[in-house]
Amino acid sequence: MSQIKPDARSTVSATDIAVSVRNVSKVYGDVQALKDLSLDFPRGELTSLLGPSGCGKTTLLKIIAGLLPATSGQIEVNGKTVTGPGPDRSFVFQDFALLPWASVIRNVAFGLELRGVAKSEREAIAEKYIREVGLAGFEKKYPHQLSGGMRQRVGLARALSVDAQVLLLDEPFSAVDEQTRRKFQEDLLQLVQNEKKTFIFVTHSIEEAVYVSDQIAILLPRPSRVSEIIRPSSFRDKGVDNIRRDPEYLDIVDRIWASLRSYVE
Amino acid sequence: MTVWGYRLPALSSLILWALLWEVVGRLEFTFFIPPFSEVLVTLVALLPTKAFLGALWTTAYAFWAGVFFAIVIGIPVGILMGKSRILDELLLPWVNIFLSAPLTALVPVLMVLFGFGTKTVIITTALFAIWIIILNARAGVRQINRSLVEMARSFGASPLDAFFKVYFWAALPEILGGVRIGVIRAVKGVIIGQLLISIVGFGALFELYSSKFLMAEFWAVLIVLFGLAFVLSEFLAYLERKVSYYAASR
Ligand SMILES: Nc1ncnc2c1ncn2[C@@H]1O[C@H](COP(=O)(O)OP(=O)(O)OP(=O)(O)O)[C@@H](O)[C@H]1O
Ligand SMILES: [Mg+2]
Repeated sequence: MSQIKPDARSTVSATDIAVSVRNVSKVYGDVQALKDLSLDFPRGELTSLLGPSGCGKTTLLKIIAGLLPATSGQIEVNGKTVTGPGPDRSFVFQDFALLPWASVIRNVAFGLELRGVAKSEREAIAEKYIREVGLAGFEKKYPHQLSGGMRQRVGLARALSVDAQVLLLDEPFSAVDEQTRRKFQEDLLQLVQNEKKTFIFVTHSIEEAVYVSDQIAILLPRPSRVSEIIRPSSFRDKGVDNIRRDPEYLDIVDRIWASLRSYVE
Repeated sequence: MTVWGYRLPALSSLILWALLWEVVGRLEFTFFIPPFSEVLVTLVALLPTKAFLGALWTTAYAFWAGVFFAIVIGIPVGILMGKSRILDELLLPWVNIFLSAPLTALVPVLMVLFGFGTKTVIITTALFAIWIIILNARAGVRQINRSLVEMARSFGASPLDAFFKVYFWAALPEILGGVRIGVIRAVKGVIIGQLLISIVGFGALFELYSSKFLMAEFWAVLIVLFGLAFVLSEFLAYLERKVSYYAASR
């Protein structure tokens, strides 16, 4: 059955931690968004951040990305303290953040372009990831010619093409319809297996978190801390089609809902 | 416009006004308005003359130089103002004052400072155009989607890259809008500058024609100027439409 522990740090050894958040606090003016938050993200796994709206999930993700400074505490990625954005992390934005004046291939290659990779080389890499996210044939199209789901795939391909070890995804599937979303979730599981990268995934959806995660961190509302870490164990290998019927899956969904429902009034 | 079910081509209403002009001219109300046909004939005769081509060249040179400076200074200043709070607070009041100030009154001061020549005309032209270009570039940068900025940062964009690969393009529809209005104002600037100095370009021509009561020549030059300004503005509006497809989707 499931291993549900308030603290999962004991289960993974320190060398297998890709990202480690230590006692991070964040204050915006008079709003304390995060308070003394500590959390480890095991290498090669997908960790979801789940919590009520406004609890600081985006804030935490941006601090890890180096886009926002923490008020106190520190972040370590592969043992190195984060001081700003770096090539070891890449971000998938909730609103895609594509360049509307650039074609799909230039958008996907944009991260490499900023890193000074030569045009032919970066376009070859971009083409590979465009194929990987299922957009082959759309290289020359522009973002306004794509659906929301396709745009998000472009954002994902861009994040993958810079080959960062850590991928930060802020509610990447919230702007797509339910069918697309399910397809994306399956693709994401595939991606975690293939890419051997560490994924940090913010979502509002309990089912989505349980479906895709190796580890789920439940955040309490402001000032936010980790209230619980859940590591689903038994259904991960049963194949994508069976997960949603698995008793453990249903158990965990119920359990998370029970602990979060008190904050939704 | 449609008349009796026929769609008339754009600007066909101008024919009506030209006819009216012709009639008024033929009636010989005033020497000030010669018939339109006479003006046209004069225009055709005037175009290849040395005086006209010389004036056109001087004016075009001063105009493009003024527009050039207004653009290459105005756009970066506007973008920087949009990005930097301090710079914005320092400069915005001045930009707003100069935008609405009667710049014509400044021309005599410029003449004292820079002489009675092309240099003063260029500066006048630039002064007419630059403020709206700055304001629009600033507005364009301020509406850039924040996640585009964060995206550039997260992939390690240098400030220069962020400027040329993201901010400039993201603000381009507004920037072009500003350039279009700026160019129209520059037309005013270059003519007003020349008129006040009155010894260069079209200013000298106008001075000559009006002092000798050569009204047909006067109108002919005016029509050419209006036509050029119109074509310029339409061309810029066309450029603006070409990039506006992405303005909505930023
Ligand atoms: N730039 C800011 N200035 C001031 N307060 C902010 C800022 N950004 C976020 N906050 C506040 O910090 C808190 C956490 O915000 P954050 O966006 O991280 O929440 P979230 O968990 O991502 O919410 P959601 O699920 O709705 O996206 C919120 O109460 C928000 O009002
Ligand atoms: Mg958020």
